[in-house]
Amino acid sequence: MREFGYRRVLDVSGAVALLDADPDARFLGGGTNLVDLMKTGVERPARLVDIRELPLDRIESAPDGGLRIGATVTNSDLAAHPEVRRRYPALAQAVLAGASGQLRNMATVGGNLLQRTRCGYFADVTKPCNKRVPGSGCPAIGGDHRNHAILGASDHCVATHPSDMGVALTAFDAVVSYETAAGPGELPLTDLYLPVGDTPHRETALPPGALITGVTLPPAPVAAHSRYRKVRERASYAFAIGSVAAALDVRDGVVRDARLAFGAVASRPWRATRAEALLAGAPADAATFAAAADAELAAARPLPDNAYKGTLMRNLVVAVLTELAKEAGR
Amino acid sequence: MTAPTALRGAVGTAHARVEGRDKVTGAARYAAEIPFAELAHGWLVLSTAARGRIRSVEAGPVLDMPGVLTVLHHGTAPRVDSEYIGMLGVPPDPSVALFQNDRVPHAGWPVALVVAETSEQAREAAEALVVHYEEEPHDIGFDAGRTDAYPVDGHMPAVTEKGDLAARLAESAVVVDAEYTTPEEHHNPMEPHAATARWDGGRLDVVDSNQGSTWVADELCKLFSLDPASVRVRSEHVGGGFGSKGVRAHQVAAVMASTLLQRPVRVVLTRRQMFSLAGYRSPTIQRVRLGADPDGRLRALEHESLSLTSTVYEFVEPSAGVARAMYDADAHRTANQVVRLDVPTPTWMRAPGEAPGSFALESALDELAEKCRIDPIALRVRNEPGTGPVSGLPFSSRNLVACFEEGARRFGWADRDPRPGMRRDGRWLLGTGTAAASFPAGAGPSTAALTAEADGSFTVRIAASDIGTGARTALTLIAADALETAPERVRVRIGDSDFGPAMIAGGSMGTRSWAWAITVAAGELRERLAAGNGIPPEGVTVRSDTTAAIGALAQKERHSFGAQFAEVAVDAGTGEVRVRRMLGIFAAGRIVNPLTARGQLVGGMTWGISMALHEEAVRDRVSGGHVGADLAGYHVASHADVPHIEADWIDDPDPDDPVGIKGIGEIGIVGAAAAIANAVRHATGVRHRSLPIRPDRVLAAGTGAQDA
Repeated sequence: MREFGYRRVLDVSGAVALLDADPDARFLGGGTNLVDLMKTGVERPARLVDIRELPLDRIESAPDGGLRIGATVTNSDLAAHPEVRRRYPALAQAVLAGASGQLRNMATVGGNLLQRTRCGYFADVTKPCNKRVPGSGCPAIGGDHRNHAILGASDHCVATHPSDMGVALTAFDAVVSYETAAGPGELPLTDLYLPVGDTPHRETALPPGALITGVTLPPAPVAAHSRYRKVRERASYAFAIGSVAAALDVRDGVVRDARLAFGAVASRPWRATRAEALLAGAPADAATFAAAADAELAAARPLPDNAYKGTLMRNLVVAVLTELAKEAGR
Repeated sequence: MTAPTALRGAVGTAHARVEGRDKVTGAARYAAEIPFAELAHGWLVLSTAARGRIRSVEAGPVLDMPGVLTVLHHGTAPRVDSEYIGMLGVPPDPSVALFQNDRVPHAGWPVALVVAETSEQAREAAEALVVHYEEEPHDIGFDAGRTDAYPVDGHMPAVTEKGDLAARLAESAVVVDAEYTTPEEHHNPMEPHAATARWDGGRLDVVDSNQGSTWVADELCKLFSLDPASVRVRSEHVGGGFGSKGVRAHQVAAVMASTLLQRPVRVVLTRRQMFSLAGYRSPTIQRVRLGADPDGRLRALEHESLSLTSTVYEFVEPSAGVARAMYDADAHRTANQVVRLDVPTPTWMRAPGEAPGSFALESALDELAEKCRIDPIALRVRNEPGTGPVSGLPFSSRNLVACFEEGARRFGWADRDPRPGMRRDGRWLLGTGTAAASFPAGAGPSTAALTAEADGSFTVRIAASDIGTGARTALTLIAADALETAPERVRVRIGDSDFGPAMIAGGSMGTRSWAWAITVAAGELRERLAAGNGIPPEGVTVRSDTTAAIGALAQKERHSFGAQFAEVAVDAGTGEVRVRRMLGIFAAGRIVNPLTARGQLVGGMTWGISMALHEEAVRDRVSGGHVGADLAGYHVASHADVPHIEADWIDDPDPDDPVGIKGIGEIGIVGAAAAIANAVRHATGVRHRSLPIRPDRVLAAGTGAQDA
């Protein structure tokens, strides 16, 4: 592995100044993904800027009922926070559904959003990959793609975004704050990830050298009644093959408000806006839930070995929304 | 039945591992952790081409990189001799004859070794090394339609047959004819392969992680044409082997480099390299045909298995062999075939043959029970053979029915509603299943040295390997009883080829083979001590060799047996399958140390969960190499997948073994995957004939009458 320099920074302006001048540098958060990628040669930074000491490790309640989550808050702290668990239970569940206790103690919120796909071709530098080496091709399309994208992919890349946390944050309209040498900025999480198109190597809309400083969750009363369900090929310590973050507000048997996002089906956490539109105002029953899932999945373009994900997501949406509706009726 | 020796209480009672404290405190050093002065580090470079020739190795630029000492490849490496028969009676896999020519027979073939002052420098240079290939089209297509498959014997005949199969099948009232598949599976021991080689006073000294130090010493000695007395291999602590830790590229590379550089060289495999260099279990395609009377009595049994091997070495995964010991029929045919592909050579992996073979055969028995509408245990009892179905030899002991009876009682089998899809717990469909298990019981020649020390303690020296099984502790208990002393007064030293020839830790034969040698030496030592001449300062040492005694064993069907039970929960909407509980009851000879024996059996059953639901290496047709060759991509059961597992045993001492041992290393995994698959069938009504039973397969199959 390539030798690299290491600097620890204590303030945000110092951090972004270091990266602004140095395209070969990377921010190091928990290192739970970056260090793996450095070992396998996918990432070869010349310098690491360790941001774990930055004063971004707080979770603050906003006066309007939302939350502001610092970028270096660990997954463990986020999942354990009483206000997260009370106001956005699906977020806490999503975090706890990911990785292992040791990894969650290290991994950070900012790093989680910027983690790379776990596509086996991307992770192996001896194989072609348009995301790693633009123009080299996508062997997953004709090869192993059982856990690849069915929504929003392209002929150039079918990789999925692996985050669980991001799925819940997407459902709850999270906004990402960042800092660059030129000043601060904000992006809704749904706009953070770029469409795949023919540029799968360009993953986010963040300006070069930007440091994610935090995530803001706007107030969302519906989120207090929410759930994250993750399906994977073993009971723990595996990435999702399909997941759902859902929130449901039901009154008198009618859906008043619904939030729905999918994981492991696209290059980004997938906000199911078509399904949400269909749910709003409709009867809270299995037929509605199935129709909502179908509406969202109508755009699915599966490959031969991942077509099961359509069935999986439909069943999962119906199961989770039915559970939430049942609980609302109690 | 009782074992023929008098027993004194250590054997049969639970003892914590004698080296346990050293292991949990980190005091126990593993192969890659032992420090050496002037140590250099080698890093292997593996082929990215799946077939062809090496056109050039561009070593020049790499030699200029920081710390790089040398680059070994086919143009620079010393010649070795791979035309020999090794200690186990087979020629070596030519894969260990490193860097001898420019041929590349598969992706992941070692093409160079870069040696540098530090491991990081070696790795960086190895990854920078440019190798040009002349690529040829490769063929890794493994399917039932291969016309180039052919029968291979391995350590048993490829084909056995008796009776008129077609006629007996035609007149059978009930017929099962089904194909089962198992995927490529990898050992993945916790500790990666690692070796340090150095020349010390004219002797080659190798510190390694292996399953037999005399075995590896013998192979290295022959490969490098050395005097046997000038090679020493040590391997005291080993973090798992499962069949993968014999002579491999890392030891050979380390010896080559240390010879050239005249300084110690260490080579450690990465997890990803292990997928290409450590061997693996071949995928199998198996067809089982059963013909039976309406009451389930077998008239015809055929088990055919196809596995793959490399183009350089013939290895067979003998999955069809399991029926030769398990079930009889008027017409009986078993056949193991292989096809040669551009892939690495597979090797033994825990319960070779029996693990995949029992999945197919015990699934087929379950299918037959359902068709005959009889209980799956009753079906097996009805088909208990009196003698070896193929050999006609008597069984040394066969307590399979007793295992089923005890297991059924404890599992609550009698309360089972045989109809599928009847039990539910929320979103989960519940089902139970059972399967039989067997594994050959054998012993290999070993030597041991026992010393009565002047202070009243004893030292045992034997080239045994404790690969995490608890063998060293078991041998301590056996020696203590044989010497009529307390275990605390016995030191057992293992893992050193200087202790003389000994059986490897493999084939469930290690502990039994070593125990035999220790028992014989202990008997003679006690006689010597009883003669009463006192103990001189250097102690009194007795050596034993069991070659003649083991050679004199009568021909019998010698096996361990077991009954596996599993309860599973299946969410048909998501395809998730979870094992809720397992019970295994085994008849596996005398149990030396119940504590570590339970660990062995539960470990095997846990691997059965992995085999049934998770494990599968994926090969990419285009590149010919693996995708996801690491523990994130290759799933083994996580702790959350492992429910309440109970393993226990019935009294079953082997009448022909001095201690009564049969061996417990592999039997725990045998039948476990079939019990789980049979339980999935019971839960959902769907028969899954391909492992692993993944969510996508469960979803595709749905529920009801279809088969997957």
